[in-house]
Amino acid sequence: MKSESAKDVHKLIAWAKLWQAGFIILGVLSLLVGIVTLVALLADMFIKGGPLISWRFFTSFPSRNAEEAGILSAWVGSLLVMFVTALAAIPLGIASGIYLEEYARKNWIADLIEINVANLAGVPSIIYGLLALGLFVYAFHLGDTVLTAGLTLAILVLPVVIVTTREAIRAVPSSIREASYALGSSKWQTIRSHVLPYGMGGILTGVIVALSRAIGETAPLITIGALTFIAFLPDSPVQSQFPYISFAWLMSPFTVLPIQMFNWVSRPQPEFQLNAAAAGVVLVGMTLLVNGLAIYLRYQFRKGIKW
Amino acid sequence: MIDQPIKSTLAKSKPSNLVRNLQEKLIEFLLFLAASSSVAITIGIIYILISESVSFFQEVSLVEFLTGTEWTPLFADAKYGIWALLAGTIVTTAVALFVAIPIGTISAVYLSEFAPEKLREIVKPCLEILAGIPSVVYGYFALLFVTPLLQRFLSDLPSFNMLSPGLVTGIMIIPFISSISEDSMRAVPASLREGSYAMGATRLQTAWSVVLPASLSGISAAYILGISRAVGITMIVAIAGGLQPNFTWNPMESAATIATFIVSVSLGDLPHGTIEYQSIFAAGITLFVITLITNIIGHFISKRYREIY
Repeated sequence: MKSESAKDVHKLIAWAKLWQAGFIILGVLSLLVGIVTLVALLADMFIKGGPLISWRFFTSFPSRNAEEAGILSAWVGSLLVMFVTALAAIPLGIASGIYLEEYARKNWIADLIEINVANLAGVPSIIYGLLALGLFVYAFHLGDTVLTAGLTLAILVLPVVIVTTREAIRAVPSSIREASYALGSSKWQTIRSHVLPYGMGGILTGVIVALSRAIGETAPLITIGALTFIAFLPDSPVQSQFPYISFAWLMSPFTVLPIQMFNWVSRPQPEFQLNAAAAGVVLVGMTLLVNGLAIYLRYQFRKGIKW
Repeated sequence: MIDQPIKSTLAKSKPSNLVRNLQEKLIEFLLFLAASSSVAITIGIIYILISESVSFFQEVSLVEFLTGTEWTPLFADAKYGIWALLAGTIVTTAVALFVAIPIGTISAVYLSEFAPEKLREIVKPCLEILAGIPSVVYGYFALLFVTPLLQRFLSDLPSFNMLSPGLVTGIMIIPFISSISEDSMRAVPASLREGSYAMGATRLQTAWSVVLPASLSGISAAYILGISRAVGITMIVAIAGGLQPNFTWNPMESAATIATFIVSVSLGDLPHGTIEYQSIFAAGITLFVITLITNIIGHFISKRYREIY
């Protein structure tokens, strides 16, 4: 009788272990789904688009002939738009993060702003495109220019910058702030010379992640009416004549890498789809590089700081 | 004798104190302005969406908009029934969740309860990269890799369909669902797990009957936020799903979603003030309301059912 129940228990344990082994296999397989897809995607694109990537591809304008087409106007446009986005989103986002974390009293205004930032992060990107279309393009008459695109993407990534700034400066221990106050610093002096420098690693990571998201955004830029066939470059910001700096590029029509890729991928001819693959390789290369930089920076700062 | 220089320093510092206080107030005010800009953005979104769709709803009745199943803005007898777009949105989202929820949850359980620390360190950045790849690249992948692959097994699958972008969208939001779920599972205190082990449960039994129920709020919030993410995915479906509005519940057909309709109209030249122009704002406000509701529900669930340890 006794040995019978012991046998049952053993059986039960064996089953439980079997289930667990099965689950572990299932878990590994689930993780593999994502990673295999990632590898398949990258391999497929590199095989098709890799051979097309050459100096000529980076230095030619898009063309009606697939073999002559390049991404010159696209990567220059991406660079200029990113510049505007960074200039608008970084100061605004960091300032908001500082206010919410260091200054905001616990009242309904702070709650409102906080809930609002969380909600903005969940709004689909195409809605930002509609906002930009109604506001920048038609109300402010900025047209479908580099400036409009940069500001649109800045608004889009602002919540990311705010949230990561807050997390970064929340991680700075209060003992450091107190030490600074004890030496007679004001609140702003404490923030400027202690909280911000110590939180810089996290803030930088957040900014980079935000920009890498902006590089790949397509839908809101299509909504503002970004042209897909641009065979010229915006005015150079540096001029040979006085006053040497020109802002005409801000008001220039533009195209960016993801829009160029979308344009190529939606054409039926297979040669253009090869171009799309090549543009995709460049785009993924850029985002991977930027993301890798963010991961590396986070690792470095984590390693370097010991409270 | 000695206190003479101190006094003079104090005297000197008085006006500078005033300047310093003013400066502090000014900086606080500027930072406050920056923080309120996010509220201004929300107000801007709501204002633009409402003001542009008000004139749309003067021409198209709200009842027709909310109950119609035909969306033919370019026909002489234009019909604006949001269900034609909503069906596409629901189908692609459902396909995406069908992929992302099981895989995301199992990955999260495995990463949080079973995986060795080394593996976590390798897998998590990989998943982050997966989430960081631009959606237009996923669109390319859906159209030119996944659809041809599916066509080998499903010979009557058209080259534009909702199945392939849905699957790819699902894979894209796996990291999103698994990272939120994993965070909430790791927040379950070790004492609960140890209690379960002490009763003789295996790791799987502990994960299934202790950790999962304890982190249910976080997991359901992850699902709901996943829905709101999938609903707004635009470029994948715009590239691989075809852009024709089509009232169907069959993922093997091509259809447009709310977001891809906005894209397809924007691709053409659209004159400001026409009904086509206003129709994208009417579609946009529908999308905005859907994501707002799902976000609020997600927020509510994660607050309401959060277990306090």
